[in-house]
Formats: sequence, C-alpha cells, structure tokens
Amino acid sequence: MTGFLLQRLMQAAAVIVAMSVIVFTGVFAIGNPIDVLIDPGADQAIRAKLIAQYGLDQPLWRQYFAFVGNVVRGDLGTSMVYNVPVVDLVFSRLPATLELVLVSVTIAAGIGIPAGIWAGYHPGSLSARAIMALSVLGFSVPTFWIGMLLIMTFAVQLGWLPSGGRGDLGQLLWFETSLATADGWSHVIMPAINLSLFKMGLMIRLSRAGMVEAMRTDYVRFARAQGLPDHQIVTRHVLRNISIPLVTVFGLELGSTLAFAVVTESVFNWPGVGKLIIDSILQLDRPVMVSYLVMVVVLFVLINLVVDLIYARLDPRVRLKGGA
Amino acid sequence: MSDTTLSEGGPVPVPSAPPAETRATRLRHFWDDYRRAPMAVAALGLVVLMLLLSFGAPLVAPQDPYDMAALDYADAFLRPGETGSGGYVHLLGTDNAGRDMLSAILYGLKTSFVIGLSAGALALALGISVGLTAAYFGSRVEALLMRVVDLQLSMPAILLALVLVAVLGQGVAQIVLALVVAQYAYFARTTHGAATAERRKDYIEAARSTPLPTHRVLLRHLLPNVMPPLIVVATVQVASAIALEATLSFLGVGLPLTEPSLGSLISNGFKYIHTDRTWLSIYPGVALMVTVVAINLVGDQVRTVLDPRNSR
Amino acid sequence: MTAALDVRGLTTRFDTRAGLVTAVNDISFSVEPGRILGLVGESGSGKSVTGFSILGLIDAPGEVAAGEIRVAGTELRGLAPAAMRRMRGSKVAMVFQDPMMTLNPVLRVGDQMAMAVRVHERMSKRAAWARARDALATVGIPAPEERLMAYPHQLSGGMRQRVAIATALLHRPGVIIADEPTTALDVSIQGQILAEIRRLADETGTAIVWITHDLAVVSSLADEICVMYAGRIVERGPAEAVIAAPRHPYTRGLLDSVPSGHAPGQPLPQIPGSTPQLANLPAGCPFRPRCPRATDLCRTTPPARGSDGREVLCHHPLEAA
Repeated sequence: MTGFLLQRLMQAAAVIVAMSVIVFTGVFAIGNPIDVLIDPGADQAIRAKLIAQYGLDQPLWRQYFAFVGNVVRGDLGTSMVYNVPVVDLVFSRLPATLELVLVSVTIAAGIGIPAGIWAGYHPGSLSARAIMALSVLGFSVPTFWIGMLLIMTFAVQLGWLPSGGRGDLGQLLWFETSLATADGWSHVIMPAINLSLFKMGLMIRLSRAGMVEAMRTDYVRFARAQGLPDHQIVTRHVLRNISIPLVTVFGLELGSTLAFAVVTESVFNWPGVGKLIIDSILQLDRPVMVSYLVMVVVLFVLINLVVDLIYARLDPRVRLKGGA
Repeated sequence: MSDTTLSEGGPVPVPSAPPAETRATRLRHFWDDYRRAPMAVAALGLVVLMLLLSFGAPLVAPQDPYDMAALDYADAFLRPGETGSGGYVHLLGTDNAGRDMLSAILYGLKTSFVIGLSAGALALALGISVGLTAAYFGSRVEALLMRVVDLQLSMPAILLALVLVAVLGQGVAQIVLALVVAQYAYFARTTHGAATAERRKDYIEAARSTPLPTHRVLLRHLLPNVMPPLIVVATVQVASAIALEATLSFLGVGLPLTEPSLGSLISNGFKYIHTDRTWLSIYPGVALMVTVVAINLVGDQVRTVLDPRNSR
Repeated sequence: MTAALDVRGLTTRFDTRAGLVTAVNDISFSVEPGRILGLVGESGSGKSVTGFSILGLIDAPGEVAAGEIRVAGTELRGLAPAAMRRMRGSKVAMVFQDPMMTLNPVLRVGDQMAMAVRVHERMSKRAAWARARDALATVGIPAPEERLMAYPHQLSGGMRQRVAIATALLHRPGVIIADEPTTALDVSIQGQILAEIRRLADETGTAIVWITHDLAVVSSLADEICVMYAGRIVERGPAEAVIAAPRHPYTRGLLDSVPSGHAPGQPLPQIPGSTPQLANLPAGCPFRPRCPRATDLCRTTPPARGSDGREVLCHHPLEAA
C-alpha cells in the first residue's frame, strides 16, 4: 500500500508543478495589470515604480520562481484590487463556498443516486422515464438560467426566499456558518439547489447506467438463480459494484462543483471564492487569479488522490495490483 | 463451426471491417430505430426549425439588431405585442436600447449555433487526431497524450474556458478557441477508448500486417468503427458549447451586447429581473433552454439507437 | 417413483422487433433422481432458454407461454413470484457457463455463499460460513477456509466453477441445471469437474440437466440425451443408443463432425449451412435446408413426433442399427 501511495503522491506533485507553470504563463499573457491599476494619466515614473514594486520588470522565469518561493512560505501575494494578502482574501471567502457546495452535493447525491437506482431497476417504466427526462433537463439547461428562474419565481414573484447574498452566521461546532441559522438556510437553499441540479442529473444517469449494467450481469442472474430476493440482490450485490464508479465520479464532481460555484455565486451574489475569481478576472487582479487557479489544481489533485485510495478500498482487484 | 476459407489454402484474404450493409440501408435502419421515441423526433424537428429560423434570420427577423442606426431609444422597453416607431408589432417586446427582442433572439441564436457548431467541429477534429495518434502509436506517445487529456478532463470545462477567454479576450473567434481547448479532450478520450478496443480486434492486426500505409489503416479501418460513439459525444458537446458560451457571456467575459448571443441577451435581462420587465430575460432564456435541451434529447436517442446492447 | 424434474410441452417466446420468436417450442423430457440428462444443441437452439424457463428467470420481452414444469411433483408454473423464488436455489439450482462472470468480483466467496445459505434457512452468519465451507469440501476444493476468504479474482477458473457448483449444492436441490459449465475451462480441469459431477449425482441423488453443445462431453457423462434444433427436441433417447445409432439426420451430422474416430488427414464432414434464424424459420421441417435426406414432404409439412422408445422428429429417420 505504501508503494502505491508513494507513486500516487509523486504523480500528484508532478502534476501540480506542471500546472503551476502553465497557469502562471497563461495568466502572464493576459496583459499588463498595471494599466488597470493606475490612473491612465499617471506619469511614467509612478508607472515604472509600481512595475518594479510588483516585480513585473523581471523576466518570466524569475517571476515564476519568486512566486513559487513565496508560495512555499505561504505567501500567495497581495491582491492588486483589495490590497490585502490573497491568502486572507481567499480564506475569508472559502467558508461561504464550502457550505454552499456541501449542501448542494448532499442534495445531488441524496436525491440523484436513489432516483437513478430506481430508474435502472425499472427501466422503461413511466417513473423511470420521468426521472430520466428530469436528468436531461438537469444537466443540459445552463445553471445560470435555472438560477434566474428560481430567483424570479421564489424571490420576486412569491417572495418566499431572499434573492441573493449570505444570511446570518451562527456557531456550529468550531465553525462560523450560515447553516446554523434559519436565516442562513433561507439564503443557502436556493443557490444550493441551483448548484445541485447538474450533479443530480449526472448522479441519476450514472447510477441508472450502473444499475442497468449490473442487473444484466451473470452474477446477478446467478444470485437470482439461488433464490435471492431482488431487494437483497440490489442492496448486497449491485450497490457494492456500482458504488465504485459512483465514488469516483462523486469525488471528481466535488471538485467541479467548486468550479461551477463560480456561476451560481455570480447569479445569487454569494460572497464565495467563485465570485472572487470572476471579479478578479474582470479586474485583471493577477495574484488572485494565479493563486485561485493553483489552489484549484492542488484541490483537484488531492481529490483525485483520495478517490484513488477509496477506489482501492472498494475494489479488491485494484487493491491486489497496487499493494502487496 | 470451422471456417471453410482456411482449409482451402491459398492466400488468406484480409478480413474487412464489419459493416456489410450499404450506407443507405444503414441510414434507414437508423431512422427506423430513431423514430421509435416520439419525444426525440419532436426534438429533432425543433432543432431543425431553430437552425432554419436562426440562419434565415435576415429574412425572418423584423429588424437587424446589429444596425445601431435602426435602433430608436423611444422604443425602449416596449412590452410584448406593442407597436413601435417602426410601425410593426414587437411580438416579444424590446430591450433597453429599443432593440426588437425577437430579432435579437434570432440573431443571437445564430451566433450561438455558429459558435457551438464550429467549436464542436474543431474539437471533434482535434480530438480525433489526438485520440487516434495515441491509440495508433501506443507506448510513450500514448501515455503522454492521454495523460494530458485525463488531466484536462478532471478540470471542469467552464473553469478552463473562463481562464482562456480571460487570456484571449472577447470575440467570437476567441470564444470558439477557448471552447475547443476546453472540449477536445472528450473527443480524444472517446476516440482513444474506442480505437484501443478496436485495435485488439483481428481485422486491424490483419490490415496492419499488409503493406498498407499507416494513415490508410487509421482512416479506412479504425475511424469508421470509432464514429458511432463520437457522433453521440459530438451532439452533446455542441449543446454544451452553446450553453458554455451563454454562461461565459452571462458572466461578462463572452460576447458584448453589440454582438448579441443568447447569453449576452440573458445577461442584459438579468439586470431587470427585479422589475416587471421579465420579457428581457425570459424569452432569450427559453430560446436557449429549448435549443440545448432539444439537442441533448437528440443526442440521447442517438446514443440509445447506436448502443449495440439495446438492439434485440 | 416421481421424476426429479418433469417438463411437458414447454414453450417459451420472445416478443422481439423481428416478431414473436419461439425460442423453445413444445419440448418435453424428464429426469429421475441421480440421473444426468444431456441437452445438446448448437448456440441458438434454445437450450439455455430452456434452463432459464425452468427456473422462472425469463424476463420481458420473453415469457413461458405454455407447458408444465414439475420439480419433485410440484408444478412451478403459476407459482406466485415469492413462492417461485423460494424454490430457486433450494429445490432447483443452476450453474452458468462462464465462471469468471458468475461470482460477484467485489464480494468475498464466503459472503456470497453465506448469503445464498441464509436466504433459504434461518441461521447465524457463522453457521452459514460453516455450511459454505462444507460445501466447498464436498466438491473437492482443498483448504476451503482460505477460499472462503478469497475474492473471486484470486481463484483460477476451475476453482471458481467449483465454487459455483458448491453454491448450487448448498441446499441439496433435487435438480441442478448446468449450462455449459465446463466450456470455458481447460480440458484437464473439464475432466475433473465432469467426474466430480458424476460422483455427486450418484451420491446425493441430485438430478442434473447438463446443457452443452459438445456431444463428446455428454456421451461420457449423461444417461439420457435430448438433441435440440431450432427450439425443438429433434431426438431423445438413452445416451449410448443415441450415440451408437443416431436416428435424426441432424444428430448424425453432429456426431460425424466430432473429430474422434476419423482417419487423420481426412477433412471432417460438416453440416452444410448454418443455424436458422428463429424469427423466420422455413416452412415444414426447420432442418430441411441442411438435410441430406430432405424430400418435398419436408418442404411442406413439419414432422410429427414419432416414438418407438426413441423420440425422433423427422419424416425420414435413419434406420435403427
């Protein structure tokens, strides 16, 4: 197992380094952030001074190594727009995004997986077809448009829920979160549903496909030939098998939910990391962009790693190959 | 049972790839299977209608929304059904600049289709090349190419596209490029998967052992067999390219309003959702939703029809 | 003596796009306890569908359209689904062709077997594992304790098939339907398993329906043989008699294409043509297009079942030797 883990960790490190170079170079190519920062009327001296201050007169590779050196020391630079350290900025926004993602992933899996299993168990039934139609809607209709419809319906027309922003915070265990207050929930529920629909569609399709596939296998026939009742075949045999692809995708999607939060946060004006990155792109706030992207890469690599490990626990065939 | 060709001696003919039916009969069989789902037939009809209307927009639309001279601020915020200074009824109302919404939507739809289709086609071409190259050459080339593809697949397309557009700037060509880079990996993965499965089969081995040039083996033997799954992916990816473009425009990094795509129209309407001027966002939104869902339904049915396990 | 399995007039149909296909067409046979019946046919002849029909495992779009299936005197057709389920595994069990596929890859062998034990008998998990271990020992698996802890991929193909057979034996069913259980195995393993099966049938009195395409296997194993063609049993009789003197031209053809007993260097005779598509069978005798003895009668009239100790479905059967 340690060999497997070590190999995975090395791969992960290589990916992070490669991606950080790409991201840094890419963002570097965007354009000169100084033009955005200073008054167009400012004279050349001020301009040159600022450029030197941000190290923008250095060659690209030197800037990269300066950046990496800083990152290693935990310094992701200072936002050019807010003039606060990026680390502080991101961490002040992170809890809002995390609670949004947590609620929405719970909704997606909690509804999507059972619905998909049902649809796969009764393929061709009316309920299954309704579920599948919903799943097509869920992942083909653009998130931002559903978000707008939700706001128009529940906030503007019915007036039941607030149209955006984050609600009152409360203390839950060690965290300060809006999930501890009723007002917080009234704010989080609509964006969370919005964010969950795409994942839900995906979960439905995956679990349905897995279910249909598994019900056709010989081992299910064999179990039926032994007189096992269907509910036991589903819970004891099939779930175990389809949980493998589900866990994989669930993990990967956890990461992409964080990314999709960009859209939902913009629609609902949710003060999370996604909103931050959109603003920083629009304002060419380079340190924030670079840091956010590098953090996303690290996050993805970590999630991939964890998924691999869980996968190895669930599938004895992988365990044998990697370990020993 | 035993194969008669083997006992006869003489040169063993190169086994040809499976398809034996002519193209016409295969197409007819496909259509026979396809139309068994009435929803999918309706969706296909809708897609065709949308394509005709949008590309025929200059003929159909009452106004050219790009022509700033034709816009009159006196016509701003007309409700659906009101008559403006042009003397005709604005079926879907007008926007804050006095632009006829129906015209804007038709032109916007065209922009969305152009972007979606060209991004889809280019991503398909790039993906096929990468996937086939990897599958054909194997070893190092394959490992490297597919590693990059996998890495990209684990990143959400929206994030990639967002950053690329930020880097490349606004405009149709830039968006198409960003979408291609964000989406080619799906095609590459599909091509590679299907081609690797196909590569193990004997007829490819047989074709490779004859002095046919490499590219002929790839194009004549491998490609036809990886096409079915690619068609499915292509349909879905066109829809998702249209949705992605709309999202980017909505977020403010896509197309400007002077060049309306559905996304920028909705984004503009978003400013007014707290007022009663909901037609500004609802109609372009419905157009986008119907388009994307219809394409996806078509793709879904194509997938069902092409899935060999569903034939009985 | 009641037959362990008695099938009469069994007919199974599938409603496919090409029309209503009769995969199993009015077949009858019975097996006494401790006896082995070989059900022989090419792929697509309906032999596997027969097996699934007996267990009530035909799913839509298929259905058992007619016939009686009695297991130790109990009529299975018309049983409520729950009652039918209780019969499966306890009174009639089945073993499948590919041992790589019949065991769930992510569950331990012991867990899978214990599940099969406890579905029919209330007992503790520990007792169920003990029963599973005994069953493995019965089919000649060394170190059964370790095997129970293993995952299927850690066992060889032959070992897995023994596990499947042991699972089928857990409740001492009166009938086991074995659907080509040795086809996917090496010849040497195949021989061992065949011997094991013969011994089990003799010792436990279990009746076995052995489904196969391989006449050679059945000739050494079975007591009685049914030859299936296009959903019908075309010849039925005691194994030695059928092998020694086939009456149906199809059986003759099958026997002739078995390599043993032929002069080396001579091409093997083949049955010309290929298995007909069930969706559009020729009128008259379905074997007619491939039959060397066909006449105009065969073209128009389907043969009726004749019986003189041997059932042969043919207008022009070969003479008894």
